[in-house]
Parts: sequence; C-alpha cells; structure tokens
Amino acid sequence: MSGNVDALYIFLLIVSGMMTLLIFTALIYFAARYRRQHGVQAEQIEGSTPLEITWSIIPLGVFMVIFAWGAVVYFKGRTPPRDSTEVYVVAKQWMWKLEHAEGQREINELHVPVGRDVKLIMTSQDVIHSFYVPAFRMKQDVLPGRYTVAWFRATKAGTYHLFCAEYCGTQHSGMIGSIVVQEPAQYEAWMSGGTTGPLSATGEKIFSELGCVTCHRSDTQGRGPNLQGVFGTPVQLEDGRMITADENYVRESILDPGAKVVKGFKPVMPTFQGLVSEEQLNALVAYVKSLSKPGEAGGSVKPAVAVPAKDATKGSQVK
Amino acid sequence: MSMATATTTAQPVERVNYLNKEYGVGSWLLTTDHKRIALLYLISITFFFFIGGFFALLIRLELLTPTGDLVQADTYNKLFTMHGMVMVFFFLIPSIPAVLGNFLVPMMIGAKDLAFPRINLLSWYLYIIGGVMMLHCMLTGGVDTGWTFYTPFSTAFTNTKIVEAGLAIFVAGFSSILTGLNFIVTIHRMRAPGMTWSRLPLFIWAHYATSIIQILGTPVVAITIVLVAVERTLHLGIFDPKLGGDPLLFQHLFWFYSHPAVYIMILPSMGIVSEIIACFSRKRIFGYGFVAISSISIAVFGFLVWAHHMFVAGISVYAALVFSLLSYSVAVPSAVKVFNWTATLYKGSIRYDAPMLYAFGFLGLFTIGGLTGLFLACLGIDVHVTDTYFVVAHFHYIMVGGALMGYLGGMHFWWPKISGRLYPEGWARLAALIVFIGFNLTFFPQFILGYMGMPRRYYQYPAEFQILNVLSTAGATVLGVGYLLPMIYFLWSMRYGKPAPDNPWNAAGLEWQTASPPTTFNFEQEPVVTWEAYNYEEIDAHTGGEAPNVG
Amino acid sequence: MSDSPTVAIQGQPHAESHGHNPALLHHFAEPQQQRDAASLGMWIFLATEVMFFGGLFCAYLIYRLKYFPEFAAASQSLNWKLGATNTAVLICSSLTVVFAVYAAQRAKRAMLLGNLVLTILLGFGFLGIKAIEYADKFKEHHVPGPSFNFVQEGATSSNAGTGPAGINQGHVQIYFALYFVMTGLHALHMIIGIGFFTWLLYASWKGRFTPEWNTPVEMGGLYWHFVDIVWIYLFPLLYLIDLHK
Repeated sequence: MSGNVDALYIFLLIVSGMMTLLIFTALIYFAARYRRQHGVQAEQIEGSTPLEITWSIIPLGVFMVIFAWGAVVYFKGRTPPRDSTEVYVVAKQWMWKLEHAEGQREINELHVPVGRDVKLIMTSQDVIHSFYVPAFRMKQDVLPGRYTVAWFRATKAGTYHLFCAEYCGTQHSGMIGSIVVQEPAQYEAWMSGGTTGPLSATGEKIFSELGCVTCHRSDTQGRGPNLQGVFGTPVQLEDGRMITADENYVRESILDPGAKVVKGFKPVMPTFQGLVSEEQLNALVAYVKSLSKPGEAGGSVKPAVAVPAKDATKGSQVK
Repeated sequence: MSMATATTTAQPVERVNYLNKEYGVGSWLLTTDHKRIALLYLISITFFFFIGGFFALLIRLELLTPTGDLVQADTYNKLFTMHGMVMVFFFLIPSIPAVLGNFLVPMMIGAKDLAFPRINLLSWYLYIIGGVMMLHCMLTGGVDTGWTFYTPFSTAFTNTKIVEAGLAIFVAGFSSILTGLNFIVTIHRMRAPGMTWSRLPLFIWAHYATSIIQILGTPVVAITIVLVAVERTLHLGIFDPKLGGDPLLFQHLFWFYSHPAVYIMILPSMGIVSEIIACFSRKRIFGYGFVAISSISIAVFGFLVWAHHMFVAGISVYAALVFSLLSYSVAVPSAVKVFNWTATLYKGSIRYDAPMLYAFGFLGLFTIGGLTGLFLACLGIDVHVTDTYFVVAHFHYIMVGGALMGYLGGMHFWWPKISGRLYPEGWARLAALIVFIGFNLTFFPQFILGYMGMPRRYYQYPAEFQILNVLSTAGATVLGVGYLLPMIYFLWSMRYGKPAPDNPWNAAGLEWQTASPPTTFNFEQEPVVTWEAYNYEEIDAHTGGEAPNVG
Repeated sequence: MSDSPTVAIQGQPHAESHGHNPALLHHFAEPQQQRDAASLGMWIFLATEVMFFGGLFCAYLIYRLKYFPEFAAASQSLNWKLGATNTAVLICSSLTVVFAVYAAQRAKRAMLLGNLVLTILLGFGFLGIKAIEYADKFKEHHVPGPSFNFVQEGATSSNAGTGPAGINQGHVQIYFALYFVMTGLHALHMIIGIGFFTWLLYASWKGRFTPEWNTPVEMGGLYWHFVDIVWIYLFPLLYLIDLHK
C-alpha cells in the first residue's frame, strides 16, 4: 500500500524538481545575462497572450494528472477490502485501546499477521485524535461520537510506529504505540495466549443483559426490528429515507434511537447514552454484524436466512 | 517617535514633512495621517513579531533533543499555540497591508489619504486592544489548543484561557475588516484623474484582492469564535458530540476563513514583488493584465478550497475529491505570477540592490513552497503527510519564505520614502543572504521529517528524527540573526543614514513623485495621470537610465 | 462612521473662509466623492455583516436538516404571535426610516425629527417584546445551560413505558443555543442602531443635516434596513418550522 503512495510521491518530486530546475535556471540565467550594463536599455515587452495561455494550460494539465492519480490512490486507501479482519479502536487521552474481533485486547500495541487486510473501526472517548502509521502511509482522524474507518495490509514483518496525529492535549506526543507485524505462525501463537472470546460473543451477552433482546426478537412480534441479516443492507426509515445499516447506524440507533426510526416501527426505543461504554458499543456492533454472517452467529440466535455479508461499510459519513 | 533634524552638511533647512510636522505623543496617537498610522502599525507588529519569534526559538530549542527536557508538555503546547496565534493574527495578517498598504495606497493612486482616515486610526486602536488582550492572556496562563483551536478539545476539555484569546483575535479581526473596507473604498473612489484601473500599480491590485478576502472571510471566523466562547461558557453542544453537536462543523467554519486568510498573507507580498522586479529590471511587468487578474482569481478561488485541510478529518470521499480538484485550480494563478515575474527579467537591465535580493529570495522560496502545496492537494499523498512536519515546512516556506521576504524587500525598497534616509546597502545585502540561508536550513529538513512521519505539535519524538531537528534549530538561530540585522540598521539609519533623495531608485509610481519623506497631504497638487504604469522606458530616457548611487 | 462636519482632520481648526461646504473633509476633492465613498463604505460594511450572520445561518441550516423533529418541536414552543408582531414593528420602523431620509433630503425638520423619534420608539418596542419572549423562555427552562429542560407539547404518560420517545434534549438545546445567539446578536445590532439614531436625533435637532449633506441619515437608514432584513429571515426560520401541522 505504501508503495502506491511512494510512487506518487516520487512522481511529484520529479515534476516539482523539473519545475524548480526550470524556474531557477531561468532566474539565474536572466539575472546574470541581463545585469545592468552601461548603455544597454531594458526592452519593454508588454506580454504574450499565447504564452500566458500555454503556461496556464500545461500546468493545469499536469495538475489534473496529479489529481487523478492521487484520487485513485486515496480511493483505494479508503475502501477496505471485503473480509478484512476487523479491529476496534478506542482512542482516549492519551492512549490507544484496541480490541480484535476475536477478543484480544491491547493497549498501545496492535499485533497483526503479515499479508492480512486489517480494517480499523475507530472512535474516540473524548477529543479528536488521529491514527497514523507512517510506515503504512496511512492516517485517519478518530472522532468522538462516531466511527471512522481505515485499513491496511502489512507486507513486511517488523515493528512500526503508531502516532497520534491530531493534537489532543498534554500528552499528545506521548500517545505513541506500535504495530507489531508478525509471520502467521508467530501471530497464531500470540493469538492463543489468553482471550475473553470473540468480541461478538461479548456483544451478545451485553445484548441480553441490557434487555435489547426483549424488543429485538428473531420473529416479527418484537417492538423493534429483527436484527438478523440487517447489517450491511439498505434500510427504509419512517421519513422515507433509505440508508445503509453500517457501524455508524448501529451506534446511532443505540445512543439516539429517535434519529433514524425504521419504517413500520414506533419511536419507543430508549436511549442508552451514558449507559454503555465505547468498548461495549464496539462489542454490540460486532454482535449485530455477526447476525449477518452465515455460520458465525454466536449463541442461541440463529440466522433465519443465510445472508451474504455485503461490504457496504463506508469509510466515513457524507458530510 | 520624533524625528531628529538631519545633521549632514549637504542638507539645507529641513523641509516640513509628515514626520516633523508636529511633535508630541498626542499628535501621533490622535493622528489621522495614513503615513503616521502606518508607522504606529510598524512598531506594533514588529513588537509582536519578536514575541512570536521568541516562542519559536523556545520551540526549536526544545526540539534539539528527542525527550521533553527544556519545558513541560503543557508549556510546550502553549508555546506552539501562542507562536501560531501571535504570528498569524498579530503579525502576518496585518503586516503588509497595515504598514506598507496604509503608507502607499493613497500615494500610489494620487490621493491625499485613505477614504476614511478616522476609521484607519480606529483600526489601529482595535489592533492594539486585541494585542493587549492577547498579551494579558499569555501572561496569565495562555492557551494550549494550537492556533486552530479544534473542538471539542477547546470547548469542553482544556482549562486554558480560550475565551480571552478568542476575544483578542475577534477584536483584531475587526481591525483587519476595517482596513480592507478602507482600501476597497479608497481604490474605487479616490483615484486621481487619469488613474484608470489598467494603470494601477500591481501593488494596488494585490491589496484590492486582499481586501476582498479580509471583508468577506474575517466575519466568519469572528462568528466561529463567538460560538466557541458561548459553548465554552454555557456548556452548550453546538460542536460537542456528547450533546449532539458536530466537531466537523467547527472545522468547516474555521477553515472557511483560515484558508482565504493565507491568501491575505501572501497576496500583498506578491504585490511588493511586482513593484520591485519592475523597478530593478527597468521594465514593465510582463503580462500586467494577467498578473492583475491572477490576484483577483486567487482571492475568489481561495474561498472554494477550505476543506483541503480536512481530507482525513472524516469528510466523505466525494467531498475530498471536489476540494482536491479545486485546490489545483487555485495553484494555476500563482504559477502564472511566478512565470510572469521570471519573464520580466528577460531583456531587462537588472540591479542587485537589497530589495531585489529579497525579491529573488521570494521567487525561489515561494516556488518551492507553492510546489509542495501540490503535494498536499494530492489526496493520496496528503493522507501520509498531513499533520506532519511536511505541512509545517510548506506553510513556513510560503509565509516566511514568501510573505516575510516580500515584506522585508518592501521595507527596504520604500524605506527612503518612509524615513527620508538611506539604509546601509552592504549590511542589507548581507542580511538578505543570511535570511535566505538560515531560512532554508531551518525549514528544508522539515519536509524530510514530515515524510519520514514526524507529526506536528510533538515535543518529544523518536530518536531517529533528531539529526534533522538539530539542523533545523541551527538554521533557526541563523535566521534570527538575519532578522535582527534590519531592525538594527533601520533604526541606525534614522539618525545616521544618508538623507534620501525623492526618488533614489528612479522608480515609476506616483509615490515616488512625493518628497522623501512626504508632506502630510502627499502631493502639492493633485496629480493628473497620462501615462501607463511602469513607464520605465520614459523614465530612463529622461534620467539617462542610471539610478543615483544608493546606500 | 459619522462624517461630522465640524471635526477637522489632523488637529487643524476648520476655518469658514475655505470657500467650500464645511462638511467636506479635506482629503476629498468634492462632496459627491465624499458621499460616494461613504455609501460604498456602508455597503461593504453590510456585506461583512451578511458574512457574520451567515456563519450562524449556516450552522442553523445544517442542524435543522439533521435534527428536524427537535427543531420543529422547539420552534413550536416559541410564541409566533409575538414574533409576527415584532416583524410588523420592524417593517414599520423601516418605513419611518425611509420618511426620515426623505425629510432630511428636503430639509423638512419636523418630519425628520418626528420620524427619527418614531423609529427609536419602534426599536424599543421591538426590544421590549423580545425581552418578554426571553423572559418566557427563561421561565420554561428553555435557556441552554445547566437548568435546561425541554418538555414537548403533547407529551403524555402513555408513551413513557419504555422511556422518553424521540425528543433528544441535546438536539433541542442546540436549537435554543442558536436561537439565543442569533436573536441576541440581532438584538445587539438593534441596540447599536437605536444608539446611532439617538445621535441622529440630537444632530438633527442641532440642525446639522441639510439637503447638501445628510450622509449620516442615509447611512443610518441603510444599516437599519439591513437589521430589519436579518429579522425578516430570522422570523420564519426560527418561529415557523412546521407550524401548520
């Protein structure tokens, strides 16, 4: 991934270098060649419209190439592949809390295997932070109140810096961690060293403890929509809008249930703002997601129909 | 600031001019003469420049070592915040318009003063009030949010004096708005007979464009500050997600002003460069019309690109695409200017006096700074380098390598007019060289640091970044020397400098038709303009083409 | 921004032997130029005011789109009759301003003084009604801050079984925060306007304005009309959301 960015960077370096050389050469040459000499007058040249047009159009053309290439690289970098391994990240002043979907928890460190696509689903507990791994040429701001998404695929084993790149207070420069990329065998070994079970199972427990299962039943009798197979699919709302049930929608429905009520249902769901922590929210989101994946649903709730998981998660909300 | 009478033997009885017409503090503090107001601003902004510079020195000293050992984390955070706020709002934004603009705009168009002299004075007082408020804020604890004071950190988390700093900037913002308003009305309504739009010096076009940005953009940051202050004081949730607000709304409102603000900082400098290059090449700027229009284009397009500061902030991919595309469009007029300036040198008759050295410095450094802007506008690259030292290097190349170099060049160019004295040319050329070298040594390593991954606003960093940081700090000390020199020799020249002739450079432009220093009303009689701008051929024909010996 | 004719620039006493209109300031060549400059200056100032209020309108529009139900509920808790009255008051005051400018241009002293007085009175009337509205909001706990508590009209206990339905206090509070900042800023501009018109009244009483020179009255008029127009936008946006339902 970083290869793409570096190639683009080198292209820009070459373009800039050439432009700099051109201009500096012209400057130095003209400055020397046309220095003040006794008896020689300056020649008044009004301008040249063809020249102006030329040196407006050509740079614009070059800029469009740079823009297009950059846009492609950006688009790829913002579109996590399907079947990426998911890791939930909660940033807070001044540390990174990470939780693998399989359940392992880490602080300021993230273990990943070489060659695996890893998707980060991130939120902040307090202020805006930014998840930055220079070695992967990847950066994404982490916001309070919603999820933002980033992804990477590490191609070489090693340990790489993780920085917070959005000023967040006193220990902003202390919010440093590392991404530990391991060979698959080593990674498996690390994984098996103690876990509380997959995140979705934790979520299922919370789902039950908080009484969600009372209304969100797996039949059509519940006061709330059946959540089987919902994640990743289009949902019609009371006011006629169609939205996609992604991480942010699930999160919003828990914290502000009146905002986007599903068509055919009444706005009776209570809010859980202040009653669930970010980690618990992540677990619940993971659980709802698991209800859309065939054969992965934990616990007693089995999917009525095997719905293929559609990768409709968007990198960020449309603003 | 009373002017001592000249003591050189060649000087007859000293003429009455705007400096010696009246003495006494009252005559200065209650003046409505645009030239005296310009000097009041000169003293004030120089004061704030050195305060901001002092903070920069401390920052660079701390960054000599990878660990935080000079100051505490909170102190460091306050240092870079205050460096930014002071430099942006109390130095860069006012500097050229309030000093050189105030001094020269009326004279360049053949007027006796600006349209609203009393509002001009009010402008200065607002600046001073804002400045005093900011000083007080800094002395009683300061602010630690970064000059960008993003929410919710600034509204709900930090304990520092956000409201006070915000109000100081609010007040100073009105100073900026009034200056812009004054310039626009002046340029529209006060031009001398015959001074048509196409005969205006490019300095005027640049200030006109700048003024448009000042009047349309500044009110938006003003209302943003009001909202932040209200939110902070009453614990509201306009920008706080916990209460339903949106932190990104703050960023949009903030950058809607703060991006055009950078064009407020650079456009006047570009105007100065046009004047200097024309004079020291003895020819009209190549492509006058295109350069004039490019200033207006930059002002207009500058309002359309603000979210390129937010590519990784959580905006949608589509919004990012739009803003990246627009950002490339605003690069074209800037490039056009650089090409036109370079083309002006072709078949010119070039002298390397200090102002011209600064202009050359501007051309080189602005080119590099502008090109690195292309990197940042490029989405794929920006993801990696945003919020790193790459950005820090980019904007310092433009603001210091560009705007400040232009400002210094302009100060040297018009110093004989402003003070009636010549500055020492040898020292001035040395200072220009020191500034150029010091500047590159300070900021070029930062591009590399940024690409390597060093984030901004860090006071401790991984050891592999140290060498480049040390280089940068070394450069900063050299740069500091370069800035102190003009301070010293300009002051020296006011007492010991050679008295200046009315037009030491044989330059074109109505301001040179006045005395050095000018009388209070600038012109004995209202000029009637029958010639085009930059009529160097005519001037050189009359004077034999040689400028009198300067310095 | 007043171009008071008796204040000379640069400390020089103004002599009558000048041979031109004493209102002409020295840096202008002729009265028309001075008038044009003042006029352009005021229009530019009003443009800055548009941008100033514009930021607020922008925030308002974004949140209204995002939180429409809460905005509608909050808006319906305002007294639209008082708001409509205020709108009428301001429109009338703009009319009296027009008459005042007309009178100044034709040296009709009584008409000028009378309309200035009426304008000021109408201005105070506006502020008085606003004060009543603010007091109501305070009593109903609709002022953002620690004591904020919004109870939706028509909320009954029947839907309280599983908790409060729909209304998000935070979102409603955003409406009221914007309401108070927008109307408060507007009221501040009204106060400044009234202050300026009071000075205009005094200067008119002293006979300072003539058909040749009445720029302050015209400029004051422009400002007043602008403040009126801001209210014309504020009223429907704040008071009339979904009111027909």
